[in-house]
Amino acid sequence: MIELTDKKIDVDRVIRSVEEPSAGGTSVFIGTTRNHSDGKEVLEMEYQAYNPMALKKMNELAENARSKWKLTKVSIVHRVGRLQIGEASVVIAVSAPHRKEAFEACRFTIDTLKESIPIWKKEFFRDGEAWVGTEERRKLFS
Amino acid sequence: MIRVNVKFFAIARDIAGTDETIISIPDGSTPSAVLESLAESYPGLQKWMEHLRIAVNCEYTGGDAILNDRDEVALIPPVSGG
Repeated sequence: MIELTDKKIDVDRVIRSVEEPSAGGTSVFIGTTRNHSDGKEVLEMEYQAYNPMALKKMNELAENARSKWKLTKVSIVHRVGRLQIGEASVVIAVSAPHRKEAFEACRFTIDTLKESIPIWKKEFFRDGEAWVGTEERRKLFS
Repeated sequence: MIRVNVKFFAIARDIAGTDETIISIPDGSTPSAVLESLAESYPGLQKWMEHLRIAVNCEYTGGDAILNDRDEVALIPPVSGG
């Protein structure tokens, strides 16, 4: 299951999507929106994606992880749009014959997603809003 | 001349004030030439140019690739998903 959604992510559904009789374990990563960033209170978040490319790259990432660790199944679901604090922004579920592969592949998948999938996060503060990693954001901290 | 569809995201979209535009450029142009043209139309993008990655038809691409008519060229600011 590879999806972008503007609705609340159903974590159970993502986990069920990697169930398989040949799997011996499932590793799950749930990324949630945090109420602070570099010491500053965050009120809410917005995620924007380049949908066709993000889906294409998420599919390639899942396939890379699956073949590298000989996994059973990989699912990646990422939220877009406005999120309240504490909501899941991303859910990754990886099933494998053995736990070692499931843990390693799950970590690889979230790490690679953060580096290369075209999705962007904007944080909303009391005194402004800014895309992560921009100069405009740094100004809010000076 | 060829026409390419340019897509803007995140900070680049805010600066451009639009999510996409179509530009006409000479045959054989590269993504770098597209960036130069965009920097003239949207001066605010200038300081961002060195931080932008380029994707052509949903693949990360070097600035010296040769573009074709109707290619989709996306400006990719530093990503921050997850």
